Amino acid sequence: MDQIFTANRLTDGLVVYLTEAGDWSEDVNQSFVCANEDDLASYEKRAVEAAVARRIVEPYAIDVQRTAEGVRPVRYREVIRAFGPSIDYAPGAA
Amino acid sequence: MYRYDEIDQAVVDQRVAQFRDQVSRRLSGELSEDEFKPLRLMNGLYLQLHAYMLRVAIPYGTLSAVQMRKLADIARRYDKGYAHFTTRQNLQYNWPKLEDTPDLLAELASVEMHAIQTSGNCIRNVTTDQFAGVAADEIDDPRVYAEVIRQWSTFHPEFSFLPRKFKIALTGAPHDRAAIKVHDIGLIVRRDDAGNLGFEVVVGGGQGRTPMIGKTIREFLPKAYLLSYLEAIMRVYNQYGRRDNMYKARIKILVHEIGAEKFAQEVEAEWEQIRHTATDIPPEEEARVRSFFSAPAYRRFDGTDAGFAAKKLEDRAFALWVRTNVVAHKQPGYAIANISLKPVGKPPGDATADQMDAVADLAEQFSFSEIRVTHEQNLVLPDVAEADLYALWQRLRDHGLATPNIGLISDIIACPGLDYCALANARSIPIAQQLSERFSDLDRQHDLGELRLKISGCINACGHHHVGHIGILGVDRKGEEYYQITLGGAADEDAAVGEIVGPAVASDELTDAIENIITTYVGLRQNGERFIDTYRRVGRAPFKERLYDAG
Ligand code: SF4
Repeated sequence: MDQIFTANRLTDGLVVYLTEAGDWSEDVNQSFVCANEDDLASYEKRAVEAAVARRIVEPYAIDVQRTAEGVRPVRYREVIRAFGPSIDYAPGAA
Repeated sequence: MYRYDEIDQAVVDQRVAQFRDQVSRRLSGELSEDEFKPLRLMNGLYLQLHAYMLRVAIPYGTLSAVQMRKLADIARRYDKGYAHFTTRQNLQYNWPKLEDTPDLLAELASVEMHAIQTSGNCIRNVTTDQFAGVAADEIDDPRVYAEVIRQWSTFHPEFSFLPRKFKIALTGAPHDRAAIKVHDIGLIVRRDDAGNLGFEVVVGGGQGRTPMIGKTIREFLPKAYLLSYLEAIMRVYNQYGRRDNMYKARIKILVHEIGAEKFAQEVEAEWEQIRHTATDIPPEEEARVRSFFSAPAYRRFDGTDAGFAAKKLEDRAFALWVRTNVVAHKQPGYAIANISLKPVGKPPGDATADQMDAVADLAEQFSFSEIRVTHEQNLVLPDVAEADLYALWQRLRDHGLATPNIGLISDIIACPGLDYCALANARSIPIAQQLSERFSDLDRQHDLGELRLKISGCINACGHHHVGHIGILGVDRKGEEYYQITLGGAADEDAAVGEIVGPAVASDELTDAIENIITTYVGLRQNGERFIDTYRRVGRAPFKERLYDAG
């Protein structure tokens, strides 16, 4: 199964994804999709290093599917993390 | 209201300085996340799905207008312009940045507020009746004791590392509006035959994975011994409470395992040992604390205000609001006004910064600058002259704060659920929104009468689903959101844990399932019965049959 790495950014806690270049982006579509064990291992190493370097906290891998709209997490929890609360929440967001 | 003395202020200011240092050490890398996490949790800062979340303590749910305005200001400057009132009478910010939290806490400290005792295995922020000090049915003002317990429990060295979190609630009135029987310790103010004040002591209630109704271990404790008796309970718990298993560590499990009688004996024995040496409340101290809660300068009224009575006849919408949202006050000519944070289709308990400012203004104009937060996630203006109710209602309406649904089916308690919470199995808020839309018709709501509907996104039960007349619990069925329905729970003096009605239902079937249950009730109810009365009379079977046969 395809996987990507996600975490929360240390300074503001926002959800971020590990990109191909090893940066962390708020956009799930910028994430690097690991399709084999070698990619997984090397990106996991980068994720752990980023945690040590205090850029992010608690990185982990999630299952995703590549769709016409882009990278989509499989679990609903991760969909909510990727796209925000499923409700109108902040004033003006309504 | 209680005002900080120099010691209170110094403690809170020191805490802010200490946390500022900890945050900067975290950002510079001196502290790892593992080292930092317990420190941030001690200051109410969680990491949720989308961001950090800060839980601010509102001691026993009492706020001044100045504090409310500051909370609104913080919501605007450090969050996205809104905040969430919780079932612990607290407030949560959903989007603060870690780097901003020291400043945010300093802002709170400037109005005598903080985020201490909102997390961790300590004695949590004490909760009480939102109508404390003004309820017509009250025996004594519970805020006096809540404040004493707050001072005693904050940073108490013996009780800072308990087996688990510990929640105390109290009520000064026989009608329990503070859900005291589902707390680790619940206290009910009583008078003995000679008229002396004291407490009935209830222990071992709780919700979560193993819901239990608390057991009375003492019918009457003279009030002078409140602290030493609490200390005896805490000691017995600290000694026997299970630290090996997080799911068995709450006091309810201990009380259940050894039995209430044995537990009471242990407490009495411990109390005998310490009651002459332990700290109790000296009468002068009680008087000092009590003086903070003395009644405001009420105007004198004779009988009911004529204008108020006339407006109720003239304006049906106002009359409806009065019927559900206005409660009897102990002072003639005054009333308690509830502000619903449950407008149709909105997240329960959320308020925008503008609404919070509006409530602060209205509290200043109409209610001696005081506001209360309820565990049902609503707000209260406790001291409104009946003569002012109509003007207040009109102003509330301008801000979307006059929904006349307190205690009705759309006054739903819902936890943040999977839209925010890292522990959730399923969403709560959209379920509440759908249900409040389905039952939005006011005449129907009023016809259905009192109905407590409560939703939790996981078994931790922050949404109090176990004690809802109708409870809804989100569960995860192979990655799909499902909902388990319980019936017959209650959180008041007749507290009960709801019974599971049958297999969980899918999210798109849930609203119809609730409608089905309501229809069953309407068909079965007899003269003036509330939902809970009917349920107690007929039991689960007819609801179950109808719900699952139909589908
Ligand atoms: S009940 Fe569960 S999902 Fe809801 S707020 Fe509590 S922990 Fe989160």
